[in-house]
Amino acid sequence: MSKALDLITRVRGVRGAMLVSTEDGLVVAEQLMEGIKGGAVAALAASLAGRLGRAMEAAGTGTSVFWHLQAEQGALLVVPGDASGGILVVAVAEPDVNIGLVRLELLRAAEAVV
Amino acid sequence: MADEIRALSAQLAQDPQSLVFLRLGEALRRKGQLDAALRVAVNGLERHPHLADAHDLYARILTDKHDYARAFDEWDMAVRIAPHHTGALKGLAFLYFKVGDVAQAEAHLEQARKVEPDDPSIDQAIVMMRKGAAPPAPEPSAAPSPPAAAVSPAAASSALDEARVFAGLEGANEGLLLIDGAGRVLGGSLKDKAGTDVTDAVAAYLAGVSQEAARTAKLLGLGAWMGLSAEGQNGNVHLAHPTPEALLLVVRERGMPLGRLAILAQRATLMARRWLEKQ
Repeated sequence: MSKALDLITRVRGVRGAMLVSTEDGLVVAEQLMEGIKGGAVAALAASLAGRLGRAMEAAGTGTSVFWHLQAEQGALLVVPGDASGGILVVAVAEPDVNIGLVRLELLRAAEAVV
Repeated sequence: MADEIRALSAQLAQDPQSLVFLRLGEALRRKGQLDAALRVAVNGLERHPHLADAHDLYARILTDKHDYARAFDEWDMAVRIAPHHTGALKGLAFLYFKVGDVAQAEAHLEQARKVEPDDPSIDQAIVMMRKGAAPPAPEPSAAPSPPAAAVSPAAASSALDEARVFAGLEGANEGLLLIDGAGRVLGGSLKDKAGTDVTDAVAAYLAGVSQEAARTAKLLGLGAWMGLSAEGQNGNVHLAHPTPEALLLVVRERGMPLGRLAILAQRATLMARRWLEKQ
């Protein structure tokens, strides 16, 4: 698991990566830079994933495969649980991170976790 | 042809409001004078912005100039004004085929065939497309459809006002939803794959998604959230907020990459913001 996270955090601009239980929003594994609160990231990511998932199901786009929250000072990138057996693969990154690269590593990590 | 162009030009000069610009623009296009045709079409559109045939003409000229993105917008607009405009339906089919979306291309041709079952060019285009060849670039309909305003002025104008939030945007008539912070629909609509209207259900969920996105960004010290993109198994979505109180959702097929979707959403956000400011 830590090897999977290691590949994500090697991407320039990624401040941390973690595996989160979809069901209860608890941290399963993490590799975070100092100052990032793993527990908060896990809980918030799981909650947002749940709400977004319901909206997407209602819109007919099916289960989410990857999502990306862009904010002024950073980004949250997530491969949701269904793709990784009930585990969210999460990255916290700088705003100008290479999203395509992080997405790729998140999907690889999800595969490795399963 | 040159005489015809001269005569039509004179006619248009005498009566700039007349619809003769449609024939003049088409004559110039056929003669390959694309810049002149473009000017005629744009001037005509300024005077008759709700005329589907004018958008159709403009789209055909843009197609000849290989400006496919804008041509798509114009045909899309034509279909929104006159849903049975076979010229625009054929045009959209042509462009869908060009980008490799054969299913959409065929669906638009089938729609055109329902309107004009006796038009052999539609059957021919379907056959060609199934063989893997591009259907011919669309030509103007034999009988131009009447202007929307002439059909039913009141109905057309009220339908248009709401639809105008995203007027001119690629795919403006589908997959765009504008809501307020309480989940009430302000504009646009959504349908699922089966064609069921899911506007209200999605709107209700979106308010919660937005609140959670704002809370997440704030508590993680990421500042204000600007957008949320997601890839689904059957489609991609982008959520943005044109104003602090409003939310905009753009839904597109899975084939549209998230980057392109974000650009489209950015354009839609600007349009929605302008529209909201005018309200």
